[in-house]
Amino acid sequence: MAKLRSVAELESLRAQVLAAPDRPVIRVCLGPGCLAQGADRVSHAFKAAIQERNILAEVQPLIKETGCHGFCSQGTLVNLYPSDLFYVQVKPADVPEIVDQTLRKGKVVERLLYAKNGTRYRSAAEVPFYKLQHKVILKNVGLIDPLNIEDALKAGAYRSLVQALTQKTTDQIIDTVTVAGLRGRGGGGFPTGYKWRKAVENARENPGPVFIVANGDEGDPGAFMDRAIMEGDPHAVLEGMAIGARAMGAEQGYLYVRAEYPFAVRTLNIAIEQARSLGLLGQDILGTGFNFDVQVNRGAGAFVCGEETALLASIEGRVGEPVTRPPYPVEQGLWNRPTVINNVETWANVPHIIDHGAQWYSGVGVPHSTGTKIFSLVGKVKNSGLVEVPMGITLGDIVEEIGGGVPGKERFKAVQTGGPSGGIIPYEFKELPPEDLKLDKIGLQPRGFMHLELKNLPVDFDSLAQAGSIMGSGGMIVMDDRDCVVDVARYFLRFLEEESCGKCLPCRLGLKGMQEFLNHFSQGKGVPADIDALESLGRALVDGSLCGLGRTAPNPVLTSIRYFRDEYLAHIVDHKCPAGVCRDLITYRIDADICNGCTLCAKNCPQACIVGTNKEPHTIDPDACIRCGACMDVCPVDAVVVD
Amino acid sequence: MSSSANPAKDVINFSIDGQAVTAEPGWTILETARHHHIHIPTLCSHPAVTPWGSCRLCVVETRYGKRERVIPSCLNPPVAELEVFTQSERVKNVRRWVLEMLLAECPASREIQKMAAAHGVTATRFTITDPEEECLRCGLCVAVCNEVVGVQALTFGSRGVKKVLETPHRVPNNACIGCGCCVSVCPTGALQKRLDTVRGDLSRRTGHGFAH
Repeated sequence: MAKLRSVAELESLRAQVLAAPDRPVIRVCLGPGCLAQGADRVSHAFKAAIQERNILAEVQPLIKETGCHGFCSQGTLVNLYPSDLFYVQVKPADVPEIVDQTLRKGKVVERLLYAKNGTRYRSAAEVPFYKLQHKVILKNVGLIDPLNIEDALKAGAYRSLVQALTQKTTDQIIDTVTVAGLRGRGGGGFPTGYKWRKAVENARENPGPVFIVANGDEGDPGAFMDRAIMEGDPHAVLEGMAIGARAMGAEQGYLYVRAEYPFAVRTLNIAIEQARSLGLLGQDILGTGFNFDVQVNRGAGAFVCGEETALLASIEGRVGEPVTRPPYPVEQGLWNRPTVINNVETWANVPHIIDHGAQWYSGVGVPHSTGTKIFSLVGKVKNSGLVEVPMGITLGDIVEEIGGGVPGKERFKAVQTGGPSGGIIPYEFKELPPEDLKLDKIGLQPRGFMHLELKNLPVDFDSLAQAGSIMGSGGMIVMDDRDCVVDVARYFLRFLEEESCGKCLPCRLGLKGMQEFLNHFSQGKGVPADIDALESLGRALVDGSLCGLGRTAPNPVLTSIRYFRDEYLAHIVDHKCPAGVCRDLITYRIDADICNGCTLCAKNCPQACIVGTNKEPHTIDPDACIRCGACMDVCPVDAVVVD
Repeated sequence: MSSSANPAKDVINFSIDGQAVTAEPGWTILETARHHHIHIPTLCSHPAVTPWGSCRLCVVETRYGKRERVIPSCLNPPVAELEVFTQSERVKNVRRWVLEMLLAECPASREIQKMAAAHGVTATRFTITDPEEECLRCGLCVAVCNEVVGVQALTFGSRGVKKVLETPHRVPNNACIGCGCCVSVCPTGALQKRLDTVRGDLSRRTGHGFAH
């Protein structure tokens, strides 16, 4: 590809790409969810089937391996253009039928359409999962071929950069971002424009280089928002960084991507190479005299390197441990120079703000939390996947309307937002423990009655903070009544303990200490006063820890105590785990009325402690049972119950 | 923390526990408190090295306008009009929990026991893993060896709860000159027992590192 020397050359290339004859397109989702289902084999099957039938001249379809389409639970997803058909759960074996029926005869393969309550949906836009979504950042993810810059140009990439280079002063760019109300998507929600302004002021006071960094160290379990952007639309991130660089006078950017994202690293490197060869990165970009280049830095597996000061230390080659702020990175960041570090999703927002204007952007979402946010909706929810919604949508709408609710249950029990350091928000909250806990017997008084319908909680930065949780980077884990909050809190603490850098004592010792409390609770040990002790220890971590990891780590514990104190009391006082999870407090039993004596449970029991003859009700020996739940999983009639 | 050579420099007036105090430019809240004989407990602070902020015992609550925060006093410089509280509930809560956990982490340390007792913490409900342990991984020895002696004979290995004090590559280090600075700055005396694992057997030393 020849280097573009002017804006006019870029536009003529874009016009040339747009003028290319319209061809049918098969878009195969190669996002993480679909890839795990074998999407690459589906894509190969398309190529093979088309070649085999020798119909290239007849239908001339273009097969695009795209980024994540979002509807992960229905993978592998295939979108067809121009028919706009949306096929779900496509297996390689289905491909010949699609080619023969749809591509050659224009017929719809009904069985591959998404169906809900007897309705079959032809196009993706009609599917309820996509209906409430508002795609801004994910608009091109799943649409374009991320490894082909011409495809990105066709979709409008680098249009905003041209605008920023030719029509806007640096101050105007920062003003636009400020007025748009963009807040950091990495978790903290810090106003991006303000951060940029500070960096510019610091650089003016103390002349020298400014650096910009994109944080793609997305370590939260079950979160893949940044991954989807980096793998699906890498040029949006590069363009956002370039616009930021133009605004702040930076010439070098760093993209810090976690080592566990090899596809993202590969995609970004290819995108950077292609952008360089077109002269959209490098020296004298489009003949405007603006120099900017990006380098990909890979993490080495440390969760804490998602914390900005630890991340900068890691780029510099030091041990990835956080340091106290101030000084903030905008004052002294990389090599003690002003450095602007934003999340990948934040950078991907920037081109859209420049393109559509601050007014348009601030009109999406709610005041103080503008724009859209991507969430990875996972857990006990029918439609798991990646969703982009306007800020301020309610928790219930995301889980029940987009997510389709909890499989087999009327409602969700709680949603954990913001990754391992997020809070657990219940469906509703009645601050009066049930009577059967015999409050007076254990010396506790109810603290007044209130009823909060938290399913109607708006999902924006400030509302989530008020509910005791955080926006975080956008993980959203749905739980039902088979999830024990004590166990969930314990799981996240174990994760964070493993990932703590160990520098400051409250975090290093406190995460271990909090787990000791929760381990006791899950064994039915302890006294009710221990719950208050745990809460106070959690607050010590919030106040005392050095960085965001320790300061937010107690959130799952603090919120679960706040909203599910009765469940904690059930463990300690009644020695019962209401959700049937904590192994020391549960017993498995076979309901003799339901059991049909199929012997499946007995065959699968690793302890061989289930006895019974064929076609007769079976029984479990509670003393030998290790409560693994294997019998429950295999029982075809749900006769195994937990007490 | 020397008194200012230039009295015309802007001093910072603020308050600690309601008492009006004055800080020279460049002082931290901790340095100012010590100058005014206000006690703030610390384990990992030493005037010879850059503050590291690992023990978090020196936390204080600050109020500036409407903003209330709990911050480590060893790392934060005061600003004019700042109100600092060294004994607020939030501060005491952090200190008590850290000390109680330290009693389990470093059960052999008399210094920590004494300090904990002074804050009303005499027993711990946490599990003691090593009854002989004294080291709290505060990092003072690493910092003094690196910044003052300049030989980097000590370092931290592993991460998080597994973090340990060790020599690079876990072999006795030829760079160690046996100066004992690490032992002298150690708040608990833990390094006294470990010095030999750092410098190794002196009679077997080779190479230019042993030139002195």
